[in-house]
Amino acid sequence: MRMLRTGRWITAIALALLAGVYVRALVYTPVERTQGLAQKIFYLHVPAAIWAEAAMVLVGLASIFYLFLKDPRLDRFAAASAEAGTVFAAIVLTTGPIWGKPIWGTWWSWDARLTFTLFLFLLYVGYLLLRGAVADPASRARFAAVVGICGMCLVPFIHFSVYMFRTLHPMPIVLQPGPPKLPGTMLITWLLSLGVFTLLYVGFVVQRYALSYLNEQLEAAGEGL
Amino acid sequence: MPWSNGIRHAWLVARKDLLVEFRSRTAILSALAFVILVLLAFNFSRDPTAVPAFVLAPSILWVTLTFASMLALNRAFQLELENQAFDGLLLAPISRGSIYAGKLLANLIFVATIELIGVPLLALFFNVRVWPVVVPLVAIIALATLGFVAVGTLFSAMTVRTRFAELLLPVLLLPFMIPPLMWAAWATGPLLAGRPLSEIAGWLKMLAAYDIVFVVMASLLFPATVNE
Repeated sequence: MRMLRTGRWITAIALALLAGVYVRALVYTPVERTQGLAQKIFYLHVPAAIWAEAAMVLVGLASIFYLFLKDPRLDRFAAASAEAGTVFAAIVLTTGPIWGKPIWGTWWSWDARLTFTLFLFLLYVGYLLLRGAVADPASRARFAAVVGICGMCLVPFIHFSVYMFRTLHPMPIVLQPGPPKLPGTMLITWLLSLGVFTLLYVGFVVQRYALSYLNEQLEAAGEGL
Repeated sequence: MPWSNGIRHAWLVARKDLLVEFRSRTAILSALAFVILVLLAFNFSRDPTAVPAFVLAPSILWVTLTFASMLALNRAFQLELENQAFDGLLLAPISRGSIYAGKLLANLIFVATIELIGVPLLALFFNVRVWPVVVPLVAIIALATLGFVAVGTLFSAMTVRTRFAELLLPVLLLPFMIPPLMWAAWATGPLLAGRPLSEIAGWLKMLAAYDIVFVVMASLLFPATVNE
């Protein structure tokens, strides 16, 4: 129970800080010349995208260690990370079209990056559906680990697609070979936002982890959900 | 000679599956009927005066093959559920790797048979000239098929023992299947339009990289899906 409360506190603090970051982004950070105000969504979109991909990698790493160590804590973490990743992928898929409408003139374009983010989202959905479809906890953990590891292997294919395809999507300007091309104040705002999103991820994962631990104890007592 | 034994065991597992299939022929015949029906359905949805056939052909080819191979992949382990045949297979003194390789081989032969009949039918129905580009086309199809059948064989070993197996396999597999299918479709397009081969070399490399990663991953992970 203490863990659940800690997770709630972390999430609450992260949400408050997110509001703070947006005040900074809207008031104290210069408006981008060509994109105007629409560019402000960048501070939400890119950190969410980074965590959506990173969460999948963490699911995969936890899964690899799970298959060797058979520690249920690793499985619980993988499940929690996958759920948090789903939320971040959903944020990316929502903020993307909102930005796309004024800049590209269309909500959705079948661009490589968008399509692959959608795959990532569906990958999470498949992973979570599989978890729901297996009743026995031991096989559930093993099956989920297998899909998690395969998912992690798919992420590089997804990520490097952006360099390989002709695309409408803006090229990465922070995480790219060479120094960041973002002006100083924008970079600081963006880094603050990335920090807040990291905190948000930790908050989500801690909460989900505590919940699945409690649920496992209920299951063991024969009253699981 | 553990290596040659492994190959022999894999072949035995594959031969068993293919023999079961050859005796009944239900799965392959329904898969073929399915391919023809999908090709027919596509024919109704296109306007022949507006879009030339070779523009649509790559998508038609790959959508048809996707769904047909999904039928094949569901079958591989469904077969083993009857009379707890899978327990027998696991008790047999052969390595898990050989079981996976055998299942993969049987699935590849099954899907290849569907493709062997599906591609000429596509050429016939949509008037696509495949003969001049048959070698690179076969290479694209073989590379793409190996990749998604490797992942599909691994996943179907798990989904078959869950609730709603028939629905869960496509939901789980399609995100993994679509990247290679997309590359394959983007390679097929220029190929059928008569563009030089150098244009599609990048896609072939991506497909090969995908195959290497996922065949290795799947053979390493397969034991985890069957060991209790």
